[in-house]
Amino acid sequence: MNMLAWLLLTPVASACVLAMVRSLHAAGWMNVTASLVTLVASVLLAIQVAGSGEIVSAYFLIDAFNVYLIVLTSFVGLTTAIFSRPYMAYVHETGMTDTRGLRLYHAMYQAFMFTMLLALTTDNIGVLWVAVEGATLATVLLVSLYRTPEAIEAAWKYFILCGVGIALALFGTVLLYFAAQHSDGWSDASLAWSELYQHSAGLEPVVTSLAFVFLLVGYGTKVGLVPMHQWLPDAHSEGPTPMSAVLSGLLLNVALYAIVRIKMLVDGSMAGTGTPQLAGWLLMGFGLTSFLVASLFLHRQRDIKRMFSYSSIEHMGLMTFAFGLGGPLATFGALLHMLVHSLTKSAIFVTVGHAAHIAGTQNIDNIRGLIRTQPAVGWGLLLGVAAIAGFPPFGVFTSEFLLLTATMDSQPWFTVALLSGLAIAFAGLFRHLHPMVYGVAPEGQVPVPANMIPVAIHLLIVLVLGFAIPDVLAGWIDRATLLITGAHWL
Amino acid sequence: MNVASELSLLQQTVLIAAALVLFLSFVLLAQPRLLAAIRAFAWQGGLLALITGLVATVNAEAHLFVSALLTLALKAILIPWMLHRLTRRLELERHLEAVKHAAFVQIVAVALVLFSYWLVLPIIQQDLGFTRNIVAVSLAVVLLGLWVMITRQQAVFQVLGFMSIENGLFLAAVSATEGMPLVVELGIAFDVLVAMVLFGVFFLRIHNSIDSLDVDRLNRLHERLEDSR
Repeated sequence: MNMLAWLLLTPVASACVLAMVRSLHAAGWMNVTASLVTLVASVLLAIQVAGSGEIVSAYFLIDAFNVYLIVLTSFVGLTTAIFSRPYMAYVHETGMTDTRGLRLYHAMYQAFMFTMLLALTTDNIGVLWVAVEGATLATVLLVSLYRTPEAIEAAWKYFILCGVGIALALFGTVLLYFAAQHSDGWSDASLAWSELYQHSAGLEPVVTSLAFVFLLVGYGTKVGLVPMHQWLPDAHSEGPTPMSAVLSGLLLNVALYAIVRIKMLVDGSMAGTGTPQLAGWLLMGFGLTSFLVASLFLHRQRDIKRMFSYSSIEHMGLMTFAFGLGGPLATFGALLHMLVHSLTKSAIFVTVGHAAHIAGTQNIDNIRGLIRTQPAVGWGLLLGVAAIAGFPPFGVFTSEFLLLTATMDSQPWFTVALLSGLAIAFAGLFRHLHPMVYGVAPEGQVPVPANMIPVAIHLLIVLVLGFAIPDVLAGWIDRATLLITGAHWL
Repeated sequence: MNVASELSLLQQTVLIAAALVLFLSFVLLAQPRLLAAIRAFAWQGGLLALITGLVATVNAEAHLFVSALLTLALKAILIPWMLHRLTRRLELERHLEAVKHAAFVQIVAVALVLFSYWLVLPIIQQDLGFTRNIVAVSLAVVLLGLWVMITRQQAVFQVLGFMSIENGLFLAAVSATEGMPLVVELGIAFDVLVAMVLFGVFFLRIHNSIDSLDVDRLNRLHERLEDSR
């Protein structure tokens, strides 16, 4: 409980303090320190959970499924904070934003971390909704931080689309609550997930299936599922790069986490009906559509951050598909994929931020010869893209391989769609990547101060995960798999 | 099957108020004058507070009184007041926005109401007491709010649509489940309030950026093929 308090209160307190700190230098370091404290708290919490199995208290529920996401969230939060310190200082020097904007940025960064951690730790699906909506509110001003007409447009779109989407999720939550109140033998119905889960067999299937549609569309908007994905490329391309890194690496995961939690309830409720897998089929449909559409859209992007945001949609689609497929193998693969995708994608966005500063633009056509100008950035981008495209030594290959095997097992025909989607995405990424890394550098292109240590750490972890998954982690993911599907895989 | 004559006066009042909430959604859809639309929205919030208060009285739920007061303060007074102030600040009091294809818009709206009744049939068939109709009404208000956001180009109208979606959700919570747990309700109210403040910030930024609040003119970010920034 104590660690939980540290975990949640550190970001809140630092958001309040950072809103008042004027010095950019101090704010950057405070942001890093706060994220470090959060990470330590989350690791200690994870150790606690590993010892006791799960922690259930009045308002919070920590089990194997969310504790690994909590550690991941605070880890990416820390490395992105380390990256953002010199990056935002550079942004400030170039005059794209003023001191007030940076104060807002640092405060909102911590506020966003708080909403993410609250969404993951809470046991109440109503509070989960409040936290996910809060994440939109915390980031929406950051998307328009640079005040360009494009940035304002992107932020407005983000605000309206996610606001409406999440409103539908609230309607779904109300319906679930309604189903809970009308289930037999449960007098004091609540919105606590753990209690709903215990009583899920008694929930009226007609109502829960209707609720699931609303919840899927609602949280699916945040995951970036096609056709509700329109906000995502805009928000990623126009916001400051550290924001893109945490949006892609963390927010999408948390929204998917919400969907999986709710699928567990709906599956329990639908078990006795004629279509027990309805929720899974819906997830598979949305997931596969997003995966294929996004991999095609990768090809026609001109803006480097837009391109990688489509790659995020593609991977989220793949995970959604895998969770829909169900079964221990697919779920294990999807959980692993969540982990490696977050690490790789945030590393890529960090690198892209530096690349865009070197070239002075985000336009792919004008980013050339990175490896000559600044080898660290060039190599970072090359390795990052190789990892995300699923090249063998990296962890993404492992998880995608598991997912393909699972698909082959239960729905062999979908393997064709998945493989072609992966190939299309691979081609799309590399046709743009090659000239950016190896092309002829324009005259007078100079290196920028870049901190590639976070990238190196992320990619190293992904690489290690590709060779061998440590026992601790494998056991953890396996416990989460057991929780979601009711069966071990290992 | 309950018929109206079996309902108490209080319950009938709730039903009439819910019908008026739906009617005000139609007004939002058709009203070309900004200030009048804001007023209609304020009335919707007021009626919502009234419904919450009445349901609280019928069911003797203490925490519903809290949310009734919260709704009254937030939806009927604070948010309309903020919108009103913003319109004056941006000198939009005399703004008239002709509704394009008015007849078509209204027919679709009616179809949406029928659709929501059809959609919640399985829920209505559960024993819900006198609030059963209101679930359908609340879904209709949500969908009409969406429809307002689709048909109106002006940012203030879009926010009115957005906020009336919230009203519909609140109505659903009150009628179907006698309100959400208090923690959740407070959280939602907080989110709505922050959203309103942010909308205000955005009005100013959009106004500074394109010198208008016509969001159709926010169209730079298409899938740009021929673009070199």
